[in-house]
Amino acid sequence: MARKIILCRCEDVTLDDVQHAVRLGYTDVEEVKRYTGFGTGPCQGKECLRGIVAAIAEAAGLDARAVKALSPFTSRPPLVPTELAVLAGKTKG
Amino acid sequence: MIADADIAIVGAGVMGLAIAYNLANDRRGSGGRRIVVVDGHYLAWGASGRNGGGVRQQWSTEMNVRLMQESMEICAHFAKRMRINVWMRRGGYLFLARTQAAARRLERNVAVQNRCGLPTQMIAPEEARALVPELDSERYVAACYNASDGIVFPWPFLWGYAHAAGKLGVEIHTSTPVTAIARRTGGGFKITTPAGTFAAERIVCAAGAWSPEVARLVGASLPNRPQRHEILSTEALKPFLKPMVTVSETGLYVSQSLRGELVGGISMPEEDERGEVRLGSRLAFTTTMARALVELMPRLGHVKVVRQWAGPYDLSPDGDPIVGELPGVPGFHVVCGFRGHGFMMAPVVARHFAAHLRGGPPHEFLSAWRADRFATGGPPRGGREEMFIG
Repeated sequence: MARKIILCRCEDVTLDDVQHAVRLGYTDVEEVKRYTGFGTGPCQGKECLRGIVAAIAEAAGLDARAVKALSPFTSRPPLVPTELAVLAGKTKG
Repeated sequence: MIADADIAIVGAGVMGLAIAYNLANDRRGSGGRRIVVVDGHYLAWGASGRNGGGVRQQWSTEMNVRLMQESMEICAHFAKRMRINVWMRRGGYLFLARTQAAARRLERNVAVQNRCGLPTQMIAPEEARALVPELDSERYVAACYNASDGIVFPWPFLWGYAHAAGKLGVEIHTSTPVTAIARRTGGGFKITTPAGTFAAERIVCAAGAWSPEVARLVGASLPNRPQRHEILSTEALKPFLKPMVTVSETGLYVSQSLRGELVGGISMPEEDERGEVRLGSRLAFTTTMARALVELMPRLGHVKVVRQWAGPYDLSPDGDPIVGELPGVPGFHVVCGFRGHGFMMAPVVARHFAAHLRGGPPHEFLSAWRADRFATGGPPRGGREEMFIG
């Protein structure tokens, strides 16, 4: 079942993928992001981060305080995907 | 608790992990050597997780060409040997020149590469356009191309080396910053971390741009300085771009990863006057890079940028790496100063450096890049490397 539960819709990362990463010892949000690729698509984690953090916490058996310490990953500009032509000043956004 | 070690490696980036793996993977076994790797962050936090993943054999010095030919071989077999997908794609590297001066430099470098058996060719702008039809080739006067260069996804190299080293008995402690290093009378060191203090006979500092901070803990001063460089990544596109494309005059480079994203940067180095590593993103980079990409391939205008980030180059005063025992600190070795190409060189440098630590004969880079050259006026050798990007 976990195989088919998609947590990150941009990059097709499933609950199973997250559990696999945790089993390998990657329990930091940044590490799981890198190992599974979650949060690196067009939404940059805005949709999936909460669900993934919950999945990491459950898979790693973390207590409430440790879950709180699972901070969101570093946010990367731009805020929303932006066309090169807009950034280059060649057209209006 | 961290066990006492014969060799402690500070820095779990690609260089530190590859050295640990090569030390442990001796044909005669690890020889009972206890190897510990410590890092203040998680795997891929530093420059090993922030670079563009380019692996090229086109350089201007024979030693670097030959080193990278060997490194490319290691990379090509890495996935099978380490049982991990590194998303390697060998679409070649295309260097474009806008000016005759840059074209002449490329020609000179191609001759060096050809002497090493690398089949790089000078090509005309129209031929470059045949390789990359989206290119606005009228801006360029010449180009060179080698088809066997390529790109990788950097992170799996860390997981591959870490996993293989772990299986060979190497202890890897992430989120474990080194806070103090004491020199013991009679040789060796005591290393302090929040997870405990442990002893090490020898230390290898492979902390990239953070190496000067580590060296300061033993009272040594390294002359390298960190330089912020930035990269952006676009939305994923259908595969269309075969080679890594670079522009000699601007330091622009861009490739298409196997995930479909365009990944690239441009030369806009920035240094902190106090020598601190800074990793913030700048809008000036995004706009400069966007203009350069649209100029390179006008059709890219509607492609969206989804992410940008920064990483530090680790720059020595003469631009070459610093490798070997530090003068005045017996047992303290550094492997740093690899500018922006430490990732691609790590597989081969780590192989030969580890062999040397085990008592093997020194590779020629150990004299060319030795740590005391800044005090003695530099090693006598022909020509410095000039084929840098970014």
